[in-house]
Amino acid sequence: MTPTLLGRIQTRIFLLLVVGIPIVIVLTPFLLYDWPFFLDRSDIIGDAYQVTFFALFLVMFLGVVLWEPLYHFLQQFRWEKDWPMMFGFFTGINESILAWFILQWLGPDDVSIGVPAISFFFLFWAIWIPVFLAANGPLRVVFIRWRFRGGRIL
Amino acid sequence: MRTGGEQRVSEHTIRINAADMPTVDETAASSEPGDLNDQLLAADFWTDEMVAAAGIPIVDSPLVTCGGGIGSFVLFDYLRIAGVPASHIKSLSVLDRPWQTYEYLTQVSQVPRGERLRSDSGSTPGNPWGFPSYAVREAFADKSIDPLWNVFSEPLIRDYYTPRAGMAFEDMQREADRTDYWSTQVKGQVRMTRRRVGGGYFTILTPPPGTSATKRVAYRSTYVHLALGYPGLRFLPDLQEYRQKYGDYQRVVNAYEPHEQVYTELNARPGVVVIRGGGIVASRVLQRLIDDREQHGAQTQILHLFRTYVTGNHGPSVFMRRKGGDGWAYQGFNWPKGTWGGQLKEKMERLEGKDRSDLLDIMGGTNTPIRKLWTRQLADGRKGGWYRTYVGTVQDVYPGQEGTVVTKIASENGSVLEIPANFVIDCTGLEADIREHRVFADLLDHGGAGRNPKGRLDVERTFELRGTRSEPGRMYASGSATLGGYYAGVDSFLGLQYAALRIADDLAAQGFASRIGVGRSVSQWFKWMRNQKI
Repeated sequence: MTPTLLGRIQTRIFLLLVVGIPIVIVLTPFLLYDWPFFLDRSDIIGDAYQVTFFALFLVMFLGVVLWEPLYHFLQQFRWEKDWPMMFGFFTGINESILAWFILQWLGPDDVSIGVPAISFFFLFWAIWIPVFLAANGPLRVVFIRWRFRGGRIL
Repeated sequence: MRTGGEQRVSEHTIRINAADMPTVDETAASSEPGDLNDQLLAADFWTDEMVAAAGIPIVDSPLVTCGGGIGSFVLFDYLRIAGVPASHIKSLSVLDRPWQTYEYLTQVSQVPRGERLRSDSGSTPGNPWGFPSYAVREAFADKSIDPLWNVFSEPLIRDYYTPRAGMAFEDMQREADRTDYWSTQVKGQVRMTRRRVGGGYFTILTPPPGTSATKRVAYRSTYVHLALGYPGLRFLPDLQEYRQKYGDYQRVVNAYEPHEQVYTELNARPGVVVIRGGGIVASRVLQRLIDDREQHGAQTQILHLFRTYVTGNHGPSVFMRRKGGDGWAYQGFNWPKGTWGGQLKEKMERLEGKDRSDLLDIMGGTNTPIRKLWTRQLADGRKGGWYRTYVGTVQDVYPGQEGTVVTKIASENGSVLEIPANFVIDCTGLEADIREHRVFADLLDHGGAGRNPKGRLDVERTFELRGTRSEPGRMYASGSATLGGYYAGVDSFLGLQYAALRIADDLAAQGFASRIGVGRSVSQWFKWMRNQKI
């Protein structure tokens, strides 16, 4: 990809909303401790959604204010002014780790459940991979000009 | 290469003509009916009556695209996606197929159908979206994960993925069949386009002799698109001088003309060949020569002459530094990737005049992709002593003993070197001035068109040709002739797609087409996937 800073930010927000939200809605019940008996845990499902949506918007927020500007800066050292597909995939590692620590520190504290690391990282990559795939192909179909506009949608 | 009277070009220009169409001798006095007359030739604006009075029949078509190559085809494709019926477009061309000239040029410059081009996976002239990309299609066709791993790991672990030439041609064939492109083709040589009094344009076509009752046919259209390709390729002047002076067209050749005899003779007996140029074509020719050494036991000695020898990474700042070494400037494609759709594209769009020209000079110039095979082959050659490089400017080329050609070069330190060789291959690929093309020359003289900072056709960001508007009509141009405008990669598959999209959007704003929004784009894509005719 050959993103611009504005294109990076717009694409991230768009994909986390359009791809991320449905995945959060579908997967959150499966993340509860005593899976597969989640249906019995209707008492804490609300708290679980509070945590997973917080995590989703945290990743979006960190991307907009920290990661994308940093990636854009690093891209300036690349002659081609491109962002290889591998970078787009493996930056999920640093992003998930930072988000995990911040979630521990700042996560909603009025919820009754803890957040196991395995649940967090499972959900993170369950969103990151479809977002990565969407950004490397299908998005061009939805927005025919997107690839010529550095990832800008608006 | 054949030159026709219809195309008057200077002696330094090689005509690219892949078509078998006989050309018409323009200089012969015309006795045929329906020809251009002095009044028409002199007037910048034509009335319907003037054309009729000359006996030239008029054919109406809302949009005419001249050239009929990949540039015309790609615009046609986007317009079809934007809901324009095929019957509203006429493609005027000497070609039988849009990729004919391209295939000819790639083939002679050592890229037959099975070899790989220098365009990326998403540059798909038969698919307006670039998805599924060529890598994805190749992975499915070959049931192999390798192409996907390639695009995932490029350019860090693997070299850039590039499609086989044949894939692009088959892709275009399929899309041309699907979108009914063939019905729009009209065979003939475009002679000129003039503005029409009352709006729109007249495009004069010279049909092949015997196919029309008149010598010329006039196409009256609101919109005109010019995608005429290269005005011509130029020979290095010193080599052209040699060819003319000594009548030797066998030993001094251009990589863009058929030169198979060079490889045949070098396979038959040991010889020395001088390569001129440091771009992709030089890389290709070197690969062919070394493949012949490795596979057919050729004993060719290669002397590679650089005018500018790149010793290492280069560029004006740490943020603009290109890789280089061993004489070459390295980059994956003919421009940095970001010029097609990223921050370099946005930067180019903001720049005018000399600033734009300077940025193009930094980003472009002669360069070649770094590929593991080529690097290995040349390293072998240096080690074995059969590949040597020279730096300097050529002072003279003249015949030597025993059928050799001697190149006399002056190096930077002032020493003069004389290199005898059996063959000299010009791989510089210099492009001719746009005036070498008759249609462009006519537009500069009569159509209101001007030149951009690089001396080529001056186009707007929408690819409308500045100064040629004939309300409500508009004229557009895409391809190599527009280099120097607001978009660098005009001479590439993806650049032609970008130009087509901008033109289609501009035409949509005029009401000629529908704007390709989300709904139309998605529904048309499903039709593409199902190979459903539109």
